[in-house]
Amino acid sequence: MTTTTEAAPTGAGRRDAGDPRGGRFDSSLGLIMLLLLVVVAQGPVRRALSAPVAQSWMTVFTAVVLQALPFLVLGVLLSALIAVFVPPSFFARALPRRPAVAVPVAGVAGAVLPGCECASVPVAGALVRRGVTPAAALAFLLSAPAINPIVLTATAVAFPRQPQMVFARFVASLVVACAMGWLWQRLGRADWLRPPARPAFQGDGRGAAFWASVRHDVMHAGGFLVVGAMAAATLKAVVPASWLRGAADDPAVSVLALAVLAVLLSICSEADAFVAASLSQFSLTARLAFLVVGPMIDLKLFAMQTGTFGRGFALRFAPATFVLAVVVSTLVGAVLL
Amino acid sequence: MNRKAQAIVLFLVGGAVLRAGSTDLYLRYVKAGLRPLLLAAGVVLMAAAVATVWYERRARVADEGAVDGVGEGTREGSGEVSGEGLRESEGGHGHREPRVSWLLVLPLFALILVAPPALGSYTAMHTGTALQRPWGFPALPAGDPLPLNVADYAGRAVYDHGRSLEHRTVKITGFVALDGHGAPYLVRMALNCCAADAQPVKIGLTGRIPPVLEPDTWLQAIGTYTAKRSKDPVGGGAIPYLEVSRSRPVPAPRDPYDESWNG
Repeated sequence: MTTTTEAAPTGAGRRDAGDPRGGRFDSSLGLIMLLLLVVVAQGPVRRALSAPVAQSWMTVFTAVVLQALPFLVLGVLLSALIAVFVPPSFFARALPRRPAVAVPVAGVAGAVLPGCECASVPVAGALVRRGVTPAAALAFLLSAPAINPIVLTATAVAFPRQPQMVFARFVASLVVACAMGWLWQRLGRADWLRPPARPAFQGDGRGAAFWASVRHDVMHAGGFLVVGAMAAATLKAVVPASWLRGAADDPAVSVLALAVLAVLLSICSEADAFVAASLSQFSLTARLAFLVVGPMIDLKLFAMQTGTFGRGFALRFAPATFVLAVVVSTLVGAVLL
Repeated sequence: MNRKAQAIVLFLVGGAVLRAGSTDLYLRYVKAGLRPLLLAAGVVLMAAAVATVWYERRARVADEGAVDGVGEGTREGSGEVSGEGLRESEGGHGHREPRVSWLLVLPLFALILVAPPALGSYTAMHTGTALQRPWGFPALPAGDPLPLNVADYAGRAVYDHGRSLEHRTVKITGFVALDGHGAPYLVRMALNCCAADAQPVKIGLTGRIPPVLEPDTWLQAIGTYTAKRSKDPVGGGAIPYLEVSRSRPVPAPRDPYDESWNG
């Protein structure tokens, strides 16, 4: 995995971007100007945003960001801990040497990361950089937000009369995660996985490396989180709820409709079970697809995966995950529900 | 975005989250249980900003101390600084990665300058009622009028056919929403995690309704069960009615959402 290791320092790196030199755009100055401008213009800005649609857009946008931020910070802290304090040899010992076996082990290990999908993206990124087989790290990425105890408990609370839903969600999510891991191992090419060049975070003192990793991850993943939140808020404001009514009748269409809805809504995996429970006009299988697809691929996650693993990766990985998740949840739903 | 600017953004975002979490502002957007996590996240972000400035200063001091260039060389050798420089200069050459960090100022503006209100009548009337069959119908406590929340009343009215509500006067608080024909509803948004998953539960008002009702004002309605029922035009869910005998405007509650579903 040569492409996943840190970029070597080059001559171009000599320049400290903190110094404004020779007509280069100074971002601190730009930021301060921007802040001042917005504060001065806050009256017109508020007026422009006073329409009910704009207000509800802003509320949903703020809510998605605010809700995801603590989990993002948790994931970023874990990722920094892995990057700075856990030696690569640890993972070499902890995971089975054969990737085919490491995939399910990593998938099950996803159960220990409490929280939602925002935490798992930076952690999976750190695992790849720490030399974990990408196939195993990807299985972890997909399984962690869906099968941890918090999410499964929420599912049980949301479906009090269908306890089999919890089991079905666990099985389907784990199967999809492992299948994607194995698929990546067979078909994945290392050059698809192109994480943005990032600092090595070593040698400069562990404190400095730790905080540099935290800052870097928050700025990047946070930026992509904002992109995802904007997309989710727009779709929530634009897509009318009546759009769903027609889809509920046909079994095949209903599964696809709820899978697409899970992608568009980008709801946190701790809350999606409650939303699924309220979509009572849909079959249990369709709602299972909603619960399996949502934590694995949605707009917010796609943006964050692009930021962490590169666009070439996200463009291939996301559709494959979606198709596999829909197929597996349909099969598991047919057997268990 | 250079590291100084990143530190400013981190500090401000952390401060905004901390402020939202230490006041009731966060209740407009997320569930109450998220508060400790929000406060912790705010503190971590601010600490990251302070650490960035601190290590940046130390590096600069080390740089200035190394006049003959030897220090410069050792600094290049450290992966942190050189890798960082590489990425930032890539940013200068049209590599798009660091630019996305600029978007972090948007939630900052949203939280500090606009602080949008909790979801209200607009969302409520564009979303179908999310009433679910309750677990059971425990006996209601004594009290006249008896305070009930919107979802509890609606659940008993629709799924228990109002059996437990007969001969009782109930007191329900919610915000007002008007449909296309101006018919009033008393609504409470139920929330599981954040406002993105908030869903309304609606009760239709009939009887002695105040002549002028402004959408989004909070109202305490006192009345009795009526068998009148209607179908929500959005989503087709059942909407029970309340025969209002008197009502009064009340201030918005501390937590605008109904979080009873969180258990």
